[in-house]
Amino acid sequence: MNWASFYAVISGVNRHSTGIGRIWLSVLFIFRIMVLVVAAESVWGDEKAHFICNTQQPGCNSVCYDHFFPISHIRLWALQLIMVSTPALLVTMHIAHRRHIDKKLYRQAGRTSPKDIEQIKNQKMKITGALWWTYMISLLFRVLFESAFMYLFYMIYPGYKMFRLVKCDSYPCPNIVDCFVSRPTEKTVFTIFMLAVSGICILLNIAEIVFLVARATSRHLNNSKDSPVGAWISQKLFSL
Amino acid sequence: MSWGALYAQLGGVNKHSTSLGKIWLSVLFIFRISILVIAAEAVWGDEQSDFTCNTQQPGCKNVCYDHFFPVSHIRFWCLQLIFVSTPALLVAMHVAYHKHNVKKGLLANRGGGVKGEDLKSLKKRRLPITGALWWTYTSSLFFRLLFEAGFMYALYYVYDGFQMARLVKCEQWPCPNKVDCFISRPTEKTVFTIFMVGSSSICIVLNVAELAYLIVKALLRCSARARGRRSFVHQDEMSTEKAQLQNEKNAKLLSSASDSSSNKTV
Repeated sequence: MNWASFYAVISGVNRHSTGIGRIWLSVLFIFRIMVLVVAAESVWGDEKAHFICNTQQPGCNSVCYDHFFPISHIRLWALQLIMVSTPALLVTMHIAHRRHIDKKLYRQAGRTSPKDIEQIKNQKMKITGALWWTYMISLLFRVLFESAFMYLFYMIYPGYKMFRLVKCDSYPCPNIVDCFVSRPTEKTVFTIFMLAVSGICILLNIAEIVFLVARATSRHLNNSKDSPVGAWISQKLFSL
Repeated sequence: MSWGALYAQLGGVNKHSTSLGKIWLSVLFIFRISILVIAAEAVWGDEQSDFTCNTQQPGCKNVCYDHFFPVSHIRFWCLQLIFVSTPALLVAMHVAYHKHNVKKGLLANRGGGVKGEDLKSLKKRRLPITGALWWTYTSSLFFRLLFEAGFMYALYYVYDGFQMARLVKCEQWPCPNKVDCFISRPTEKTVFTIFMVGSSSICIVLNVAELAYLIVKALLRCSARARGRRSFVHQDEMSTEKAQLQNEKNAKLLSSASDSSSNKTV
């Protein structure tokens, strides 16, 4: 999986994110993708080859492995990362659309010099109006996907602990057979790590939602009436 | 498989697509190619080595694997992605051909007076999807749909549905009588098969929507043109009618004038 090109696409969104959004992106890349690539893939690499059952019955190994690991942790985390990063592309598409409209307007006004086009390209869009809604929707989807995957993880693998021994009695295993999982402790450590970082990402996303809503509210208050309350709220928020 | 090179090729087509086409390209790359690369190749990696049969008969395992998996899912999906991406190149070729013609025209007309800026702007210009390009684009969409549906049906037909069984019973020669064979990671394979079939269906829906959008836009454009022509002809008719009325008036005036003059003379 070419995570480098993935990073290139997602970091394009970085420029138009809030401060919390940028922290979320760093947590995503440093703690989740890097750890997934560096460590988790080598820990889970031999998960099937070294899943050994105490039987000579052919097929029992495969069937028991399939019964206890319907979908590997690595695949679940990779899918989670892809799904969680995709809403950011909504924001990128919106910004590209806005730039396209700006270019059209400039052309109609007769400002077609390369400097003007450069200015449009480098302009940092403020998160207001329709872009605010797009950004909020992308954040909500992110939180939704993160929570859905965490719940799915809990459903498939109740608890975060990886057992050393599982007892299997699926056909064609004769009676009950002991099967041994490879590197259970190392897997438990990485599972706890990935779950914790996932939780931190959910918190960051919720904090970003709250921040954006508060900023929009204070902007609205400031615009609607010149009240001291609105000014106080906006002063508190922008000093963060 | 160098998916990066395919992305570079298709990214060029992106500029001349409609918005639905751009969404289709993102779905294709993010969901299908990434998932194929990350997950499916790891899941299907040991499909033959971990395909175990309950027998010690040499050759039985190979023969049974070949019987139940004539073409691996991974190869199927790679072929599908290649076939489905290829019609977009038709559009790229048409655009390149059109630009080449315009460049030739510019150079022929202005000779040495063509500036580098003009050629650059020609390169960057986005062609509207009308005329011959509309037909090329529509045929490329049609072929995309055909290939997507064809491959989905082929997968369903070859593997009798989208689910992967844990156990298959094999009685090919040289296996003695009937032999139980066990497939590795069937549940994970079923999950990814359903995922890929789902994204394939989303792509089909997007293609159908894009086709409908292009047809409707073309029909609207045709009707607007016909209305414009009718109003022009109507104006023409109106002016000839007016001229006729004016002529009759003039004739009446002339005749009345001559009458009055004749009256005078009398």
